[in-house]
Amino acid sequence: MQYFVQQMVNGLTLGSIYGLIAIGYTMVYGIIGMINFAHGDIFMLGAFVALIVFLTLTAMFYSVPVVVALLVMMVVAMLMTSLYNWTIEKVAYRPLRGSFRLAPLITAIGMSIALSNFVQVTQGPRNKPIPPMVSTVYNVGGISISLKQIIIVIVTVSLLALFWYLVNKTSLGRAQRACEQDRKMAALLGVDVDRTISITFIMGAALAAVAGTLFLMYYGVVAFSDGFVPGVKAFTAAVLGGIGSLPGAMLGGLLIGFIESMWSAYFSIDYKDVAAFSILAIVLIFLPSGILGRPEVEKV
Amino acid sequence: MANIAQATREASATPFQRGIKEALYAGAISFGLFFLFIGLRTDQNIRNELILVPRWGLLAIVVGLVMLGRFVYVAYGQPFMARQKIVNVASGLLPDSVATRFFKLPYFIASLVVVGLLMVFAGSLDGIFGPALAGYMRFFRALAIIYALASVMFYFRAFIQAHFSALGIGVLVAYPIVVVVALTLISGSMAGGFQGSLKWVDNFGIQILIYVMLAWGLNIVVGLAGLLDLGYVAFYAVGAYAYALLATQLGWSFWILLPVAGIMAAFWGVMLGFPVLRLRGDYLAIVTLAFGEIIRLVLINWREVTNGAAGISGIPKVSFFGLISFNVSDPNYIAKVFGIAQSGAYYKIFLYYLILGLALLTAFVTIRLRRMPVGRAWEALREDEIACRSLGINTTTTKLTAFATGAMFGGFAGSFFAARQGFVSPESFVFLESAIILAIVVLGGMGSLVGIAVAAAVMIGGTEILREMEFLKAVFGSDFTPELYRMLLFGMAMVIVMLWKPRGFVGSREPTAFLHERKSVSSSFTKEGHG
Repeated sequence: MQYFVQQMVNGLTLGSIYGLIAIGYTMVYGIIGMINFAHGDIFMLGAFVALIVFLTLTAMFYSVPVVVALLVMMVVAMLMTSLYNWTIEKVAYRPLRGSFRLAPLITAIGMSIALSNFVQVTQGPRNKPIPPMVSTVYNVGGISISLKQIIIVIVTVSLLALFWYLVNKTSLGRAQRACEQDRKMAALLGVDVDRTISITFIMGAALAAVAGTLFLMYYGVVAFSDGFVPGVKAFTAAVLGGIGSLPGAMLGGLLIGFIESMWSAYFSIDYKDVAAFSILAIVLIFLPSGILGRPEVEKV
Repeated sequence: MANIAQATREASATPFQRGIKEALYAGAISFGLFFLFIGLRTDQNIRNELILVPRWGLLAIVVGLVMLGRFVYVAYGQPFMARQKIVNVASGLLPDSVATRFFKLPYFIASLVVVGLLMVFAGSLDGIFGPALAGYMRFFRALAIIYALASVMFYFRAFIQAHFSALGIGVLVAYPIVVVVALTLISGSMAGGFQGSLKWVDNFGIQILIYVMLAWGLNIVVGLAGLLDLGYVAFYAVGAYAYALLATQLGWSFWILLPVAGIMAAFWGVMLGFPVLRLRGDYLAIVTLAFGEIIRLVLINWREVTNGAAGISGIPKVSFFGLISFNVSDPNYIAKVFGIAQSGAYYKIFLYYLILGLALLTAFVTIRLRRMPVGRAWEALREDEIACRSLGINTTTTKLTAFATGAMFGGFAGSFFAARQGFVSPESFVFLESAIILAIVVLGGMGSLVGIAVAAAVMIGGTEILREMEFLKAVFGSDFTPELYRMLLFGMAMVIVMLWKPRGFVGSREPTAFLHERKSVSSSFTKEGHG
């Protein structure tokens, strides 16, 4: 039982990170109906920005309080990745918005290849390790919970609260939901669609940057190729939860996190990704539009 | 109102002023994007700790280049393109197109002279100019050759367009012979000619043709049936491992295993097809992606059978139907049979024709299938699934046959790949490969075989050419490796080509079924990838 709860805690941590990335996928999909393949690499960029900021901080000041360091890393990473995602949307997706469906998918894949190789070229192909930032571990009834895990869950929950407020209570969120339902009608009613879409990309990137910072803090290492696997898993999570649905993305992320940690704990660590992907296929056979997704009604 | 006011202000500004403004914006944005990544480099010091190395000079150069590029585009590029569309009042004609201005007889003659001169002095270039300048001279020569060839093609463009397929096949069949003959003339010996042709036949010819074949295979699934498949490389992997395992364990020949690999891949295509029958659009995409990853992860982790990440080596070579072998130790080795000098190039040339044959088989089957009921059912499925079902087409079998046929050609290509490399490992079957193949299909203009072949040649050939850019070392210093930038440029090229031609290189379709007469339709009338 203790072991099970321990794995639950690990799964929760992992799931939070996946969920944060998945929200970016699902929001972009909801609003313009495209799979933003470059989102995984935006996450990786976020982790790299956090790494560079961390190194700058340690080089400039002898010792920085962890909380301050984490906050600065997160804020700078959010700003930088937002700028990246904003530029990418403007350059690579916006001109193709009226075009056929696969065109933006291909530019997104191209951007993903370009981004990861850009980081490889400019920062080198090696793994980049940092010394552990937080190493406190608490023992609660035989279950070890590290401070890192607590930080991840707290940051995720508070961000989700903020995010929920933004989407549900502000005029910006209302514009976003309007664009999601009917872009043309929203434009006719005076919603600046282009601006709303840009802001959606910025929000998605900011969440991915936080996920990247947390990833760096949790694992203590990042490489240029680290965007792909978490990206694919987060996208899987978004689809599992029902793409286009925000609670679905978080739920899917947590599910993927649990499946992974349980499978590695009880069966084999080698096949954890196979398990996650197989469960995705099985769920989709029975629920073709995900767990919380609205079934697509096609009118003839 | 605000928009209108802004529009008039924009129009009143001269292109030069607008260029300056846009360049400043671009500079600010690119500075923001690059200052952490190019301005600082994370490096390891002696104690294995990460440190930051500043590179402000490089950052300034990159930002400056971005600003310059944006300025030239806005101040001169855009007005130029606008002028191209305005009719001259006096003559009533549009200005000469860029191509006719670029390809003129005097320029053509000049390029021939340059090529001739540099060819004659090819041997003494290093002596005259020194090694650094000689590199530039060789590059200049290559450019002149390309320009001369392009001029010839431009002059005969109507003829080429009319007979593109026949000419294309003719060029492909003649390619290795031309390369060997040309290099024999340059190096002055047969052996030198064959040795030199290795690189051209293998890196360019075979490499491009493998992608052409894969893209044509995927085209059946994506271009014809409209099912978005992001895990096509899985079938490639199944074919490669089927040949690798059965050939090394049982010692079967390639010619038996080629159909076996195709059948196994087709079987896996059906296996994938079953669960995804009910899925649409992007759900289909993610499940196929997951399927591709599952196959790769199983290949990595099932060490007892696949030898894990280390891969399988020592895969036997293909023989010419058992009659002529390409193993030096065999009694029927090609050099012994014909009594000629030994060379690795014979095998490569044989492989080239083999993959050319396989690719043409794929094209032939695709063209014939499109005229058969099943091919028409695929295209109907792509256009409208509900209408398709209402008219009594069995969508289940239609989708499954599309997956199986596409997968089969992937399997053929895979077994060829294993035979060519002599080594397979899961590294060769990553998602990136699926993405590249899909990109080629889309860039070629989905469903158009010619367009796909052109896209494969441009994208794969273009990145391979980067390996040849040794002279760039003279410009950027000796530790500059152009290969490193290969995938970066590939990704950017994908974006740029897509923005430039969102419908792909060949943007029109010839319908397979028609009333009275066959008319090309713009491909914006066809729907794609809507599973």
